[in-house]
Amino acid sequence: MPSTVTLTLNGESRAFHGPADGPLSVQGLLVQLELDTRKVAVERNEEIVPRSRYAETWLSSGDSLEIVHFIGGG
Amino acid sequence: MDGQTAGEDTQVTEDTWTVAGRTFRSRLIVGTGRYKDLEETGAAIEASGAEIVTVAVRRVNLSDPKAPMLQDYVDPKKYTYLPNTAGCFTAREAVRTLRLAREAGDWNLVKLEVLGPAPLLYPDMQGTFEAAAELIKDGFEVMVYCADDPLAAKRLEDMGCVAIMPLGAPIGSGLGLQNPAMLSMIKENITVPFLVDAGVGTASDAAIAMELGCDAVLLNSAIAHAKNPILMAKAMKHAVEAGRLAHLAGRMPRRMGADPSSPLSGLIR
Repeated sequence: MPSTVTLTLNGESRAFHGPADGPLSVQGLLVQLELDTRKVAVERNEEIVPRSRYAETWLSSGDSLEIVHFIGGG
Repeated sequence: MDGQTAGEDTQVTEDTWTVAGRTFRSRLIVGTGRYKDLEETGAAIEASGAEIVTVAVRRVNLSDPKAPMLQDYVDPKKYTYLPNTAGCFTAREAVRTLRLAREAGDWNLVKLEVLGPAPLLYPDMQGTFEAAAELIKDGFEVMVYCADDPLAAKRLEDMGCVAIMPLGAPIGSGLGLQNPAMLSMIKENITVPFLVDAGVGTASDAAIAMELGCDAVLLNSAIAHAKNPILMAKAMKHAVEAGRLAHLAGRMPRRMGADPSSPLSGLIR
């Protein structure tokens, strides 16, 4: 039975299913969102999540995440 | 600069500038915002000859994760991305944004701007000092947008900012340099790279900034909002080069009155 976590993602509340065998990681979330991990940065509860730790950073309900990338700007 | 023996081309090729240990040939830094589309962004930047581009950090559009990204049109391997803090009105927001930028891009050279409210978006120097201190402590190399205030500029340099970048006029105003005398006076007391950032409206404005002795010019809207951005990008490239050469050449003194260029002797009567 996969776990369900409710996250605030870029300001919006959304529910995600973790894998059958355990909790949802940042890596797992980015895969579900179909995002290229090389082009984004992630902040969890206002702390940077280093790219090297995506696979071992577990998410729990109530976590607030910001996922950003570079866009055109002056 | 001597260079009497060197050919003009040689001299230009060797005229580089260095910020935070990175050396560049182009003295034009361009923004990547406000273009019609990413294709035009890429083409205009190419035409400008810029080697550094400013970029903003924003939330990913989660409803369309496969949408084309800036990196697909402006290759980060070819251009040095300079993440900015546009839209940040507090030191805290700016520091948070740049920490994310460092993680996304894996580099620590950044452009700090902490802005006051619209319609001026004037640099908030109190917030700028706070953010600069925090970022420098955290290992960032900070190119800083600031007021044309000689005391603030010197203080930012003393804190460890790697480039001082006062405005020539409000962001996106295109008014041209409103403060050339003050910019020159600030430049006199600064040893790190000195840039005009914001206010340039057309090519002559960029040339004036370079004639004043700026190491480089940073602009966005003057290209992006021109009727033909790609042509204006090319104009800016030439203006920055012309202004730089004029600065190196050293302008003639101004005089109140005429001094004829043709000999007054040997005239027919």
